[in-house]
Amino acid sequence: MNLLVFAAVLAAMLAVRFFLKNLHILVWLALWWVALFVVFKYGIEPPLPASIVNMFMAIVTLALLAYLSATTSYLRQATEAVVRFMVDRRFTVPLVVVLLTVPALVAWQVYAERTARPTPPVSGRTIHPPPPNTISFKGKTIDLVNGENPYRALETSDPEAFAAHVENGRRIYYENCVFCHGDNMEGDGLFAHGYDPLPANFNDPTTIAMLQETYLFWRIAKGGPGLPSESTPWASAMPAWENFLTEEEIWDVILFLYDYTGFRPRAREEIH
Amino acid sequence: MKHRKALSKPFLAVSFLLLCVFVFVWDGAQAAGSSMPLLQDAGGYRPFPIEGISSRVAMWVVAELHLMFAAFVLAVPLFALIIEFIGYKTGDRRYDELAYEFTKLLSVSFSFTATLGALLTFGLIVLYPKLTEYLMSIFSWTFFPYVLLFFLEAIFLYSYYYGWGKMNPKVHLLLGVLLNLTGTAIMFIADAWLTFMNTPAGIDEAGNLVSLWGAINNYTWMPINIHRLIANVAFGGSIAAAYGAYKFLGARTEAEKAHYDWMGYVGNFIAISALLPLPFAGYWLGREIYAFSQTLGITLMGGTFSWLFIIQAVLIGNLFLAANYYLWLGMERIPGSERYRKFIKYLLASITACFIVWATPHSLVATVEEARQMGGAHHPVLGVLGVMSAKNTAVNILILTTFISFLLYRRSNKEATVSWAKAGKTAQFAIFAVVVGIVVFLGVYGYFVEATVRIGLSVPQVLSVLFAMVSVTIIDIFLFRDAKITGPIQWGKMPNRAQYALFFIAITFAWTMGLMGYVRAGMRQHWHVYGVLEDTSPDAFTPTLGFASNVISVTVLIFFTFIAIVFWITGLSGRKAWVARPDVPPEDETAQALPGDGDAQPAKQPAWEGAAS
Repeated sequence: MNLLVFAAVLAAMLAVRFFLKNLHILVWLALWWVALFVVFKYGIEPPLPASIVNMFMAIVTLALLAYLSATTSYLRQATEAVVRFMVDRRFTVPLVVVLLTVPALVAWQVYAERTARPTPPVSGRTIHPPPPNTISFKGKTIDLVNGENPYRALETSDPEAFAAHVENGRRIYYENCVFCHGDNMEGDGLFAHGYDPLPANFNDPTTIAMLQETYLFWRIAKGGPGLPSESTPWASAMPAWENFLTEEEIWDVILFLYDYTGFRPRAREEIH
Repeated sequence: MKHRKALSKPFLAVSFLLLCVFVFVWDGAQAAGSSMPLLQDAGGYRPFPIEGISSRVAMWVVAELHLMFAAFVLAVPLFALIIEFIGYKTGDRRYDELAYEFTKLLSVSFSFTATLGALLTFGLIVLYPKLTEYLMSIFSWTFFPYVLLFFLEAIFLYSYYYGWGKMNPKVHLLLGVLLNLTGTAIMFIADAWLTFMNTPAGIDEAGNLVSLWGAINNYTWMPINIHRLIANVAFGGSIAAAYGAYKFLGARTEAEKAHYDWMGYVGNFIAISALLPLPFAGYWLGREIYAFSQTLGITLMGGTFSWLFIIQAVLIGNLFLAANYYLWLGMERIPGSERYRKFIKYLLASITACFIVWATPHSLVATVEEARQMGGAHHPVLGVLGVMSAKNTAVNILILTTFISFLLYRRSNKEATVSWAKAGKTAQFAIFAVVVGIVVFLGVYGYFVEATVRIGLSVPQVLSVLFAMVSVTIIDIFLFRDAKITGPIQWGKMPNRAQYALFFIAITFAWTMGLMGYVRAGMRQHWHVYGVLEDTSPDAFTPTLGFASNVISVTVLIFFTFIAIVFWITGLSGRKAWVARPDVPPEDETAQALPGDGDAQPAKQPAWEGAAS
């Protein structure tokens, strides 16, 4: 959050509120629109993607239009002002300016878009691709729906053995995964900046904290090549770790991921 | 023969359209026939005979249309009965007339529903014989009560409709109850078939039936029953409100305007009342789906279809906004409401903030540069708003805000006279404040606990909101029992844009239903019956969201065309009997024979021009 921007916008709106009384409703709404745009565009750090700013502003625009037209007197004020601006001779010059400025801005927008540097296409990313019900791991079938981490139970039954598995997971992580997912699992390892999309940030509460352990097993074992066919093309550079790690090593690294981040894996629900 | 000329234009236009459709179908059939025999059974599938339209899309559109009409014919009797009961208890004839007017929409809609249901069945038998055969092997014994209930529904519906005002009111109300019970039972049976396809149960590993009750009572059966029951009321209410709006815009007298303004209000009130608990029912359904299979749950909410939920959030956000907008505009026709108008901006701010939170996606569309600035695929702020804790909090506040709008509307022309008025209002405010505090606290707390606990937190959130709504309503009833009335509601003094808001609400409901129906069926991906019967047809892939949205939009358009026909046919019953112009001498015997109603008096102008309806 950029608190300076927030404070500046708030101060400006309060100043207008107290020093410029009796403002026309259209001016008020325009001020609100601009203030919120500034907050969304510059008040939040890191900056919001343009797609999100556009969506938020569409909602704001809709809300302001609803406010304007929910009161007949406001709507009348607005329509009268627009009609006056269009027909009153006093406003001929500003009207001409508007009529020239709007197409000019559109033209500028078109020019800017056509002359922009080539960039990769903007695309949404499916954060959690749907897993299959079962996978085959070195000839063994792993049940992703009803299965569970075979070493998770040790957490209560044999804490020492559990710690050994976590320690083994730590070793595996720092030998294999750290280069992409980073020292602190924030998805900013040495190689991370060469990838698009960037490696997952496991500290984000919306990644592994929302998933069952079998899901992680599937993603680690099968990697990018094992992603489902829907929503293709996938651009994940994640290797299929089943070619390099044993089943136990993958379960161990999963234990370590949860242990390090402090999250708990999602448990199976029985609510029927 | 002016009337003949006037009739000949639409007749010619319709004939031309029919001819075009015939040529189109014939041409398509020929084209399809040239490459593939029409009725060749290819691995349990048959192609649709029109090139460019796949079997899946054809069945998709028919099923969706059938569902929309079914929702309508199930919902209208429900609230017609409630309104009739209110009329019976209060003795206010207006309610009785309103209930009858709603019921008038039913007979034509019932035929449409049955016809579309038959088309759906035939389509499944012809185009998807393998699937149909399998479902019959599981559910064949449920078909008999289904058909029997249909008979009963027809009997109850028509006797309810034609018996209006001709029976003892208690007997008539009983008919209404029976009509609703049979309709609901029909829906429950049909729901068993479709939920079985998503979350099959009661079968062995080879897919053979082990327990019919197990197959019926599968994971998602009851959640969908409840969800649909509520959604149908909301949808039916919105369509009925749209009917009121349609009649309002065409009204020629102040009395008509007042009546249809009131009708639109009642329909909308029912729709929004049902909309409020709908997200909770949907949430329960989502939980059951996730509990059945994380694959289905993730496909639904985190994977392929997650963006459809953003579209859904935008649509539902718009629904809430439009519902509040209608109430705010409605306050203008109530003397004394001026004192509450200053609150609109705060209510709007709350709605906008909740709308923004609800529509914030978990998976962001971002350029590489933007992703690098964010430090990954997740934005630290948006990531917080993109998960269920935030969504649940937003929707609960949204519901409370809408409830407050309604509360203000309700008390617009009332001034409490009871001695404890100030204490009562303070108590209401305190309840709201505490409940908002609880909802927000639980929403934030959800980020610090594991997933299963977080999901469970939605229950106290919902319960506290329901507590607020119930307790505040009870206080309100006593608070305004002997209230001073500042003036009667001026029905009919409503701007036209409020009626367009009602149209918007009805269309948005239909659209949302279509989108969510697609998600429910689409999450099975390449399965007819998930994990049991694979879809091996050429259409066994998930269509793109853009394509799906187009199909759904076209379906909604067709539905509203049909609904317009229903409105038109229903409106005919209120028109005056046709008579020939007295000043134009008939040219032949046929024209003389046309005025069939001997009691009708010659009109000074053509009946169709003077029709007040």
